[in-house]
Amino acid sequence: MSDKSNLLRAEGINKSFGAVIAAKDININIQKGERVSLIGSNGAGKTTFMNMVTGYLKPDTGNIFFKGENITPLNPRIITQKGISRSFQIPQIFEPMSAWENLLVALGTSKKNHSYFRNARSKENSDYIDEILSRFSLNEFAHRQVSELPGGVRKLLDIAMALVRKPDILLLDEPTSGVGAEEKYPLMDTIAKALSVENLTVIFVEHDMDIVQNYSERVIAFYQGEIIADGNCDNVLNDKNVQEFVTGKTQVKAK
Amino acid sequence: MPLKLLNNVFFQSIFLMSLLVVVGIFIPNWLVFVITKAIAYGLVGLGIITLMRGGLVSFGQGFVFGIGGYTAGLLGTQAGLTDAVLLLFISFIFTGFVGLIIAPLLARYRDIFFAMLSLAFSMVLYGILIKIDAIGGSDGFVLPESTYFGIKPSKEYADYILYVVSVIMTGIVSILLRYYYDSTPGLIALAVRENELRVEYLGSSAFNVTVLNFTIAAGLGGMGGALNGIALGHIDPEFTYWTTSGEFVFISILAGYLSVPAVFLAALLLELVRSFSGRYFPDTWQLILGVFLILSIIFIPSGIGSFFKQLFDKLKNK
Repeated sequence: MSDKSNLLRAEGINKSFGAVIAAKDININIQKGERVSLIGSNGAGKTTFMNMVTGYLKPDTGNIFFKGENITPLNPRIITQKGISRSFQIPQIFEPMSAWENLLVALGTSKKNHSYFRNARSKENSDYIDEILSRFSLNEFAHRQVSELPGGVRKLLDIAMALVRKPDILLLDEPTSGVGAEEKYPLMDTIAKALSVENLTVIFVEHDMDIVQNYSERVIAFYQGEIIADGNCDNVLNDKNVQEFVTGKTQVKAK
Repeated sequence: MPLKLLNNVFFQSIFLMSLLVVVGIFIPNWLVFVITKAIAYGLVGLGIITLMRGGLVSFGQGFVFGIGGYTAGLLGTQAGLTDAVLLLFISFIFTGFVGLIIAPLLARYRDIFFAMLSLAFSMVLYGILIKIDAIGGSDGFVLPESTYFGIKPSKEYADYILYVVSVIMTGIVSILLRYYYDSTPGLIALAVRENELRVEYLGSSAFNVTVLNFTIAAGLGGMGGALNGIALGHIDPEFTYWTTSGEFVFISILAGYLSVPAVFLAALLLELVRSFSGRYFPDTWQLILGVFLILSIIFIPSGIGSFFKQLFDKLKNK
């Protein structure tokens, strides 16, 4: 397949931490506009893969290509500038600032807004931030210090910050972790609605299989650093290996 | 409308500068001198504030203070350049350049390591300066009297003219700095203070922010050193000594990092305490300074600047 159709391509990725194999011959092609979820038990290699794509970790062998360019040796800052943004399992936000100011910082990191003598709080920036806030239903929290905000709101803000740069790929690390069961669906609805505006490729790590089924088109299942299944939701979630090693559903054996 | 003007940085600065220039006419000469020294120290403090916004404190700003002072002094004695405005400007640029050279090394460190490395630079410079007899060794040397655009003022007005020049130049620097603080890169410096990892993942460089902030701090420190040298008419290695650097940290802690004018107010308080304790309670300067520092940390942990911020926030919300 040509690089034009593959927005992100991982080739023969291997990564170990001592005796622990975190990635074993990982080969993935992600197309533009896909919604992909990465599933697997803890330690299966999902977050390691995400960390390698964003440059936080380097693979021992193999390469990662973004729009045909090898991004393996690049650092997170350059990779973000090229168009891959991420959110975090534990929201990485600037605690003493308000939600509005957090987004202002995120907006200020783009080259377009990097002016030393233009007030960060310009009307253009303010309008854009207000738009992002309303897309994520965060208006009422705009001017509250983020350290006071509830978990779900902090998650949304973390994702909104990653989106401000208008990336091509957005990686979400467990967007619903740490959120109450009754909050999960409303939270994912808000995220899905906010992300639908962009022609965005979304890759997210998730443990809740209902969420996976409802919000992704493609699922990649990891087990002990290997990909054990890759395909559409129904096929992957009904895969025997996935049921045995990932979802934990036991097969009903015919008598 | 008046409230809107009060919120305008440019207007605030012009108003304060004009007020200080006019007030200078009516206050005694000794106070004019004390304020000029406070401005010199405040400039260095402003540099530390710039670093503090990015989460760092330098314990060695005596390094740049000394370089600025010696630059002005040597240009005066060796090159015959006596124009105070030029000397302040050149010291600002030259020391900023020196800062830019060492900043990439310092920017790799954080917290106490950054602070101690900056202190080490100042102690090395101190050690070198006291050994070089050609520039006065531990005694330093006297600076020639300053001129202003080719005119040498009479002794009676010399202090006031230098005071006016320092108020105007500091005013300009403060305006530029306020614009920097309020710009997106300035805001990113505050973010670096909180979470460097996220700043990198937003596509910005914490390292570059630190290099820029240190370069600015160096330039300001150099300008402060030059102003202090010109005001005293003398420069010596004490400029670079660690206790001098400690005074700059004191100013920064007292001021907090929220307000530019607060830095100069803190520097003025330090100078006044120093002057009065020296006069009325000799040999108790360190004791008084220590008590003053304890009280300010306990009662105003965010510094004097927090009062200014609250005041302007109230005005803004009216």
